[in-house]
Amino acid sequence: MNARVMAFKAYFPLIGIAILALFLLVIAPGALSSFRLNNLGKYCCYAIAGVGIGLAWGRGGMLVLGQGLFFGLGAYAMGMHLKLEAAGPDAVPDFMMNFGSGVLPAWWAPFRSGAFTIAAIVVIPALVALVLGLAVFKRRIKGAYFAILSQALTVAFGALLVSQIKYTGGQTGLNSLSTFFGYNLYDPVNKKMIYMITAVILIVMLLITFQLYRSRFGEVLIATRDQEERVRFLGYDPANIKVVAFVIAAIMASIGGAMFVPMAGLINPREVSALASIMLIAGVALGGRATLLGPAIGALVVGYGRTSLSEAYPDQWTYFLGAMFIIVILFIPNGLTSVIPKAWQALNRRRTDIKEVEAV
Amino acid sequence: MDVVISQTFTGASYGATLLLVALGLTLTFGQMGVINMAHGEFLMAGAYSAYMTQQLITNADISIIFALPFAFIVAGLLGLLLEVLVISRMYHRTLDTLLVTFGVSLVLQQAAKDIFGAQAKAVKAPSWLHGQIPIFGYRYPLTQLFILVLSIACVIGLTSLLKYTGFGRQIRATVQNRDLAETVGVSTRSIDRLTFFIGSGLAGVAGVAVTLITATESTMGQEYIIWAFLVVVAGGIGQIKGAVIAAFALGITRAFLTYWTDGSMAVVLTFLLVVVFLQVRPQGLFATRTRSLA
Amino acid sequence: MVKSRARLIAGTAAALSAALVMTGCGSKSSDGDTAAGSSGSSCVDTSGDTVKLGFLNSMSGAMSISEKTVSDSLNLAAEQINDAGGILGKKIEPIQEDGASEPTVFAEKAEKLIQSDCVAAVFGGWTSSSRVAMRPVFKSLNNILFYPVQYEGLEADHNIFYTGATTNQQIIPALDFLRTEKKIKSIFLAGSDYVFPRTANKIIKQYCEEYGIKVVGEEYQPLDQGAWGTAVDKIVSTKPDVVFNTINGDSNVAFLQAYDDKGLNSSNAPIVSVSIAEEEAAAIPVDLTGQMTSWNYYQTVESPENAAFVKAFKAKFGEKRVTSDPMEAAYTSMFLYKAMVEKAGSFDTEKVIGAADGITYAAPEGKVTVNGENHHIAKTNLIGQVQPDKLIKTIFSSDGPIEPDPFLKTYSWWDPSKE
Repeated sequence: MNARVMAFKAYFPLIGIAILALFLLVIAPGALSSFRLNNLGKYCCYAIAGVGIGLAWGRGGMLVLGQGLFFGLGAYAMGMHLKLEAAGPDAVPDFMMNFGSGVLPAWWAPFRSGAFTIAAIVVIPALVALVLGLAVFKRRIKGAYFAILSQALTVAFGALLVSQIKYTGGQTGLNSLSTFFGYNLYDPVNKKMIYMITAVILIVMLLITFQLYRSRFGEVLIATRDQEERVRFLGYDPANIKVVAFVIAAIMASIGGAMFVPMAGLINPREVSALASIMLIAGVALGGRATLLGPAIGALVVGYGRTSLSEAYPDQWTYFLGAMFIIVILFIPNGLTSVIPKAWQALNRRRTDIKEVEAV
Repeated sequence: MDVVISQTFTGASYGATLLLVALGLTLTFGQMGVINMAHGEFLMAGAYSAYMTQQLITNADISIIFALPFAFIVAGLLGLLLEVLVISRMYHRTLDTLLVTFGVSLVLQQAAKDIFGAQAKAVKAPSWLHGQIPIFGYRYPLTQLFILVLSIACVIGLTSLLKYTGFGRQIRATVQNRDLAETVGVSTRSIDRLTFFIGSGLAGVAGVAVTLITATESTMGQEYIIWAFLVVVAGGIGQIKGAVIAAFALGITRAFLTYWTDGSMAVVLTFLLVVVFLQVRPQGLFATRTRSLA
Repeated sequence: MVKSRARLIAGTAAALSAALVMTGCGSKSSDGDTAAGSSGSSCVDTSGDTVKLGFLNSMSGAMSISEKTVSDSLNLAAEQINDAGGILGKKIEPIQEDGASEPTVFAEKAEKLIQSDCVAAVFGGWTSSSRVAMRPVFKSLNNILFYPVQYEGLEADHNIFYTGATTNQQIIPALDFLRTEKKIKSIFLAGSDYVFPRTANKIIKQYCEEYGIKVVGEEYQPLDQGAWGTAVDKIVSTKPDVVFNTINGDSNVAFLQAYDDKGLNSSNAPIVSVSIAEEEAAAIPVDLTGQMTSWNYYQTVESPENAAFVKAFKAKFGEKRVTSDPMEAAYTSMFLYKAMVEKAGSFDTEKVIGAADGITYAAPEGKVTVNGENHHIAKTNLIGQVQPDKLIKTIFSSDGPIEPDPFLKTYSWWDPSKE
């Protein structure tokens, strides 16, 4: 009986995912206007990155303060493809005419291919994260050092994008995009399709993460977070465990970034800044970093909150944003979703109490 | 040769500014393990203190002398308030302090904008800082020299405070072994508060210095915060001499890279160099054992 | 157990992909440029006695320092128009949104203003990044943006009116002035690292090549980093006749402090700035007396229209506030819009755009005329000199309003494809 309840409880997150899927894929497209749905799609992109942060930070204990770097890698890869689409088959992007030689650099050319772009969105951040992760974790750089280092790298990447205006469009970034793999970006039907793709990706990422958390890897990852030395004594290399989590988080951030571009219609270095990276973390902290659904829900809530607060109080809304950070971290460190299981437990306890009373 | 001299001096000036900003962080981050993202906003508070002082004492020649202690107290009190209300509840959660103080920095920026207006404020430099003195054929600006002297004075002051006073011994004792320090009668709570007060106050002093080289406005702290953290990390957490060397190394590197490449690439390359350096020496220039950062 | 779990997930994934395929029947456009006007069915409602207009400025973030002033003067213009009976008898109902200094937010808020608030037109934007981010939104939803800031030109959008200067109304007149009046032989270029300074400097370099002026240096710093020491060292060592300054907004403070620190001033190293207006000058704590600027408006412009504008602005926002070129351009843009709507007799986007050509307005800067072809306005260039009180006085002006030429078609030396 007890074992079966346990087994059943293990699927609770799946029920959560199903509810979220129902909301994102059925209810929202029916209830929201095209513009609001597009906004929700952007929050989904943050949520995809957030799921990865939940894995690396919540389960792995690495405060990945520089996810903007990977978000940016994916976004720029997608942006390059869409920019080439907008330019047309034989032409080069406008900014290259204005600031460069007017000749497409060799490393831009492969991004004309959609398949190459999709592969690049996964492979490039994975390689970068692999190299970086090996360098950092093998040297046992952790905690605050790692957080500050990853933040510095993000800032450096942003500055690089700004300075290489010939190749990246500089501060203005890649804009004036018109199509997404041939589909007009500003057609409401296509917008809905892009939204649906993003929402489905989010659900798939949640399912993958669910599986990861239930695997041996998920258990060792938590062990590494809590007692790195003991894991080492048990014969695992904690660095390898961390690198794997870091790479997965990087890929997720990159995918989030890639899908952000067709919905925003552009990408520029602001989305790669230290601020953007911290905002990604904010959603995860709010939702509950160590839970499966928390990071995704938190990212959706923060995205929605930013939009609606800044619409209601264009002059004062940063107060609310700042206060949210302070209150959440200070008083509900395990996030909003931690409140639900607690309430559930409390409810359950009362119920069993009642049952026991009845039995007597 | 001219280039070497001019860029060494220009770089040393960046370095001195970074050092002033980072010095407070070596206390709050290095000694106490708090990642205070609002440190840049304490700097901003210091800069606005200099502005307010100048509104009261309109003679720029003397207002800066009053501005320095005033800014120290204003920023220090802000820090104390932050410590008592927020930080004290989360000493065992280093990484979380980063996020909570980021929230604080947003609130402080917005507050500054509401109090002083969005437009930047002009803080006049004293006339005795107007001009240059020739050193090795380079005309070294007096304002830069002032910042250099101020930062060195702060380093000496802080070092002797930690080394020779009873309070300094108590800080070091608390850092090295909190429980033992408490056992021998050190009130670690009040030591924490005082350390935070001084560390934040130093940011205020840095703020006054920064009014000599940049605009006084609500987001001014953002420009320095990441650089300052890199100085502390590269120098070795909690190491004042490490911070000194790291600050000047970063400043001079950046100046030469700016000369050879351009402003944006200099930022990219300097940051990458720090990352590579930490590969070689993960504990920074000087390693130390402090609590809660492992 | 493990197997069933895998099956469950596979099942869910299959269901999801089915959902995806069902919605995936997007309409693929073969050529990609078919206007998506289908979504642009306007929801503007002017049946009541008000008309909604969007104000989109950065109220937060790094650019708020500049953009708040634009929002202020837009509000002043709306208030004055309302006091005089509104536009076509309808009172303006301004809806303020925060662009948060982020181009993606500008794009999103522009869409919100048009689709959710159903505004008839939007006023705002500052950085080039924010403008190009909003451009496709206005195109696809067929609405109008009034953009009030001088910029790098090379653009003429059907849905945008540019009420600030394009390069042939600001950069080139400044160069002509330096060449013919100041007889410069060498020039140093200093700018923030973004599209306006990069484009302006490209134009300047081609101009200098044509007229035999030597470019002795070109330095950029990122917008959010103010380490100008090294660049100023280069100015000291190259001794240019003039420094052409395209540094943005308050980044100028750090530049000019470093300038002053190293003993440079208007007599030994004159500067011509194109982004230092009254607001910025007031925030720069060093002596700028004698340094030059190139704009189309200064607070000191002597005309009854400007006297009234300055007086009204100070009355509303305080005696200490100053008026500047972008603020005036924003203020003017709203009166131009009013005139366009009244000429068209309608708030309909196409009708308003159709009525734009030839609209004139006696602006604080002087008479301006809308060019219906490229949507810029003809305006007079004024070379100014900073006074000890940080106000700017005109020392030279163009012969009447200059016709806008955003693509520099009338300049034979200009070759956009040259690197």
